[in-house]
Amino acid sequence: MGQSFGAVSGITDVDGPTSVSTWEGNVDELRGLVSERAFTGETMLLNMGPHHPSTHGVLRVLLELDGEEIVSCLPDVGYLHTGIEKTIEAKTYEKGIPLTDRTDYLAPMSNNMVYSMAIEKLVDLDVPYKAQIMRIIGLELTRINSHLVWLGTHALDLGAMSVFLYCFREREYILEMFEIISGQRMMTSYIRPGGVWRDFPPEFLPKLQAFLDFFPRRIDDYENLLTGNPLWIERTQGVGILEPDKALAWGCTGPTLRGSGVNWDLRKAVPYSSYEEFDFDVPVGEHGDVYDRFYCRILEMRESVKILQQAIKKLPAKGPYRSENRKYVMPPRSELGQSMEAVIHHFKLWTEGFATPDKDVYVAIESPRGELGCYVHGTGGNKPRRVHLRTPSFVHISALPVMSEGHLIADLVAIIGSIDIVLGDCDR
Amino acid sequence: MGIVSSKLGNLGVVTTTLDEAVNWARTGAMWPLLFGLACCAIEMMSTQASHYDMSRFGMELNRASPRQSDLIIIAGRVSRKMAPVIRQLYDQMASPKWVIAMGDCASCSGVYNNYALVQGVDEVIPVDVYIAGCPPRPEQLIHGILTLHEKIRGDRIAEWAT
Amino acid sequence: MTIPTALDPAAALKAAMPELTFDVDEFRGETSIIVPREQIVAVARYFRDTPGLVYNFLSDISSVDFYEQYGGYGDRPGRYAVAYHLLSMLYRRRLRLKVYLPEDDPVVDTVLPVWPGANWFEREIWDLMGIEFRGHPDRRRLMMPDDWEGHPLRRDYPLGYETVMFSFNADEIMKHKPFADE
Repeated sequence: MGQSFGAVSGITDVDGPTSVSTWEGNVDELRGLVSERAFTGETMLLNMGPHHPSTHGVLRVLLELDGEEIVSCLPDVGYLHTGIEKTIEAKTYEKGIPLTDRTDYLAPMSNNMVYSMAIEKLVDLDVPYKAQIMRIIGLELTRINSHLVWLGTHALDLGAMSVFLYCFREREYILEMFEIISGQRMMTSYIRPGGVWRDFPPEFLPKLQAFLDFFPRRIDDYENLLTGNPLWIERTQGVGILEPDKALAWGCTGPTLRGSGVNWDLRKAVPYSSYEEFDFDVPVGEHGDVYDRFYCRILEMRESVKILQQAIKKLPAKGPYRSENRKYVMPPRSELGQSMEAVIHHFKLWTEGFATPDKDVYVAIESPRGELGCYVHGTGGNKPRRVHLRTPSFVHISALPVMSEGHLIADLVAIIGSIDIVLGDCDR
Repeated sequence: MGIVSSKLGNLGVVTTTLDEAVNWARTGAMWPLLFGLACCAIEMMSTQASHYDMSRFGMELNRASPRQSDLIIIAGRVSRKMAPVIRQLYDQMASPKWVIAMGDCASCSGVYNNYALVQGVDEVIPVDVYIAGCPPRPEQLIHGILTLHEKIRGDRIAEWAT
Repeated sequence: MTIPTALDPAAALKAAMPELTFDVDEFRGETSIIVPREQIVAVARYFRDTPGLVYNFLSDISSVDFYEQYGGYGDRPGRYAVAYHLLSMLYRRRLRLKVYLPEDDPVVDTVLPVWPGANWFEREIWDLMGIEFRGHPDRRRLMMPDDWEGHPLRRDYPLGYETVMFSFNADEIMKHKPFADE
């Protein structure tokens, strides 16, 4: 153009905040990341987010567009970086549990579980059988809960409002159950090192049974609305295809990987917490597109119902719900009035915590989103040296360019929804 | 609003003060900005969904554009990277505008007293109502919104129209 | 299709690269192989491609800072460590590769050519721990704002506590919250 825009139009600078947001980053940083055509103005750079209704929180995506087609896609995260890993380092092990809830806030029990399992491995702590089954009940309820939010928001992004209302109706029921067992709707902190926080209250199991009786019919309702819906199929089939080899190379796990046709579920492959005793199938997709990922999750909810049915039968009526190893696990309240040792253990554990060896462990579980890993390095003292959470959303967002390049910008909304990201999970 | 029409017969006349009429309109159709940050955003969605149904207060319409909304609910933790964005969104909203800091993190950073988070969103924008809880239950959010309505009903035109 | 029998990773590595010096650490059934940082890409590629090992999946890359407030990092070979968690889907087992990096020169080669999924893990470690990955194409910060100074996950970086507000320091703290009393 030669002339600046301001000189042509006669607009001069104004003081104070203006509505015109300017690109303040260093454009040279983007060389090599977007195509050269972006610098000549042939393609357009478009900023989507961090405040965008369909980015599931605060994801920002820098898009290079040729017309409506995505040439390159650069996700930018960190808008929800909370410093959880650093904060856990400043706390004793047990006090880190409430912080893990808040990383992946749609699946709090999975986070509790992986962190507790890492500590249990680090100090070689046993978990009683009853606690393992109770954990599975919590984990599978969490999976249904998380998938319901995903289904509701994913459908909402693609224009199906009523599914959102139905999903949140069922979710309220699950949250009520969480409140019964843990006292909190969302941030349960229920799974602790050595077992769970407390036994199931008597009203929980009947409520769970009632839920399992009506929930499969509710899944039928969602399927009636979406699965065969021509509009839904048009928006999702053939969109965002992720080939299996690429999915593996980029580290995708969970339904994102299974939608591509790879049969890999940590509950089956590397069973933990007595999952090997349960009989369930692992739904696997074929084409690796948005629709297959959607359908995998729908089927997963049905499998979770199956697991929960079995878990109710397997749950022992009696037995400890957390480890009896008093060096690491609190004594029950009833012992405190009778035993001096219990008082000492109680005091020691709540004030200075327990010590772990100066070693590192890595454990991984199948969270609703994929492989959720936890790397804990002890110091020999009562605080961890390093806690790192390998979170599936983080990996899946990094693979977003692989899925979205070459698609239309409207399809990006479908793709972001289909990989089920939670930004708190990603940014930590 | 003074319901005098019943006393005077059906004349189709209602008398009120301008203050009350304006504030009634403002509280009755307050459009929040669709802006979720973290865990509290999920509870905010629950509040809008079928079980709690925020449309009872004229708030079912979440606008994605700050230009069309008069309430911003800061639902979640505010990182240092996010703070300039929030300030810009707030500046883009047309007056009159209100802010609800939902949850401990938005109010005072809650359990995270660390390098990454702004220690309360009131470091960046003025807040009208703080809601405690981590995350607050939907009932608490509704209570916060009703508290804000009460605050708005106390506004006097003479104070802001000069 | 016959699956080759699983090999012991440490023994196989010893046989394949006799000139390589490495340590093996076993803890709670997890195997860590500590290799020199110059060799990490070759070792990673060996574990990925050798029949009988086939660690085809990169689960995670984590970093550790061994700095202690008093006493440095003890008898460890370096202040920082980078741990690569590999997963063999065929044999259903995990392996940890570890490199130690000195305090004054925390640089290691990128494993991006071996696993494209390493991209963001390495960017995150560069951002938060300040370990540089030589050959990584994207040097922007991932989590923190672009103009942030320092690497927050280092042990000598302060956590940044805000002090609790009492009446004597209320004015000091309220200075940071210019909009709180509006």
